[in-house]
Amino acid sequence: MSDNEQLPVWEVFMQQKNGGPHQHVGNVHAADAEIALQNARDVYARRGGNGSIWVVPLETIYASGSDDEAPFFDPSDDKAYRHPNFYRVPKAVKNL
Amino acid sequence: MDESTRNAEFDKRIEEGTKIEPKDWMPEKYRNQLIRMMSQHAHSEVVGMLPEGNWITRAPNLRRKMALLAKVQDEAGHGLYIYSAAETLGASREDLVHQLLIGKAKYSSIFNYPTLTWADIGIIGWLVDGAAIVNQTMLAKCSYGPYSRAMLRICAEENFHKKQGYEIVCTLMKGTEEQKKMAQDALNRFWWPTLMMFGPHDSDSPNSATLLKWKVKKKTNDELRQHFVNITVPQARTIGLEIPDPNLKYNEETKNWEFGEINWEEFYAVIKGHGPCNKDRMKARNDAHENGSWVREASVAYAKKKQGKKVEKFLNVG
Ligand SMILES: [Fe+2]
Ligand SMILES: [Fe+2]
Repeated sequence: MSDNEQLPVWEVFMQQKNGGPHQHVGNVHAADAEIALQNARDVYARRGGNGSIWVVPLETIYASGSDDEAPFFDPSDDKAYRHPNFYRVPKAVKNL
Repeated sequence: MDESTRNAEFDKRIEEGTKIEPKDWMPEKYRNQLIRMMSQHAHSEVVGMLPEGNWITRAPNLRRKMALLAKVQDEAGHGLYIYSAAETLGASREDLVHQLLIGKAKYSSIFNYPTLTWADIGIIGWLVDGAAIVNQTMLAKCSYGPYSRAMLRICAEENFHKKQGYEIVCTLMKGTEEQKKMAQDALNRFWWPTLMMFGPHDSDSPNSATLLKWKVKKKTNDELRQHFVNITVPQARTIGLEIPDPNLKYNEETKNWEFGEINWEEFYAVIKGHGPCNKDRMKARNDAHENGSWVREASVAYAKKKQGKKVEKFLNVG
């Protein structure tokens, strides 16, 4: 038996309904991807109605941390021209 | 950034109602309190399967059996959601489970009481899950994101637990004299231990103030307990059950059902391991862990074998 008898961690992403995005719901522990998927189904989809499930090995996820959040997200904050209300057009014009 | 600035910033985020996420900076005490609370909560879900599991094979009919099986399976799921959320704080599941198995970790004292009759299953669903819902609805607003999300998921599943329990009790109360007695007896045994689930009085709860300040908890033990009593008393009366408390009375002014004093000696004795079933519960958990080890071993062996084949295939092509 390996040192960690709780087995490796897989993060679980679930599509709540067909056509929607996959969202993180939690994790499962399993020896391989196949069993991780089965565990994820049993743990997070007991009431059905789910589109699909992804399981991702924890160590392959690289996330931004909030310590570097300011510099990390800053550049896009001052780009107001990326939003439609930045642009001025006559009010009377429709369907623009 | 120095420690005091960080602390001040953290407090400000809490004040503003910002959720704290796993990679955010947090005071060590916030992290440790959460790990303590969440692991106790997860252990309670897991140990909580035992008293009810005791009746799965003896459920009176198929409908009841299916409901009970589904409920107990949900509780296993709840334990896993919360272990998973606790892991985001850096706790290892290996360690958490180990603490439970060696009897060092705490879990809710209610699960150290035996389930003697079928009526207990009804009373547990109605009262124990009912009390858990009151607590978990509050925790769903907790400042720690992963815990709060796990609670939302759990709350969505709990309502059927409570309703199936109340349905069992309703059925018994419409039955024979003997069945009514059975239901009343179960209520008599579980009422006070259920009130103990909310923990000591605010004045005797050392962690409460900090947990409230950090918005881990949004209400005090006594507030939650009072709310539970207020919603439960009318439910008991509607079906002709009597709450086993001679001091219970309605206060027109505060709109509260006032109740008698809890036997705190019993509460602390059960927590320290002297309840009727503490030893049985620990033995059952340890047996289950040992008896399941071959499954874990087999799944690791299978994964290794498959991985070996993959490498072989890759080498052949290369
Ligand atoms: Fe639960
Ligand atoms: Fe439940």
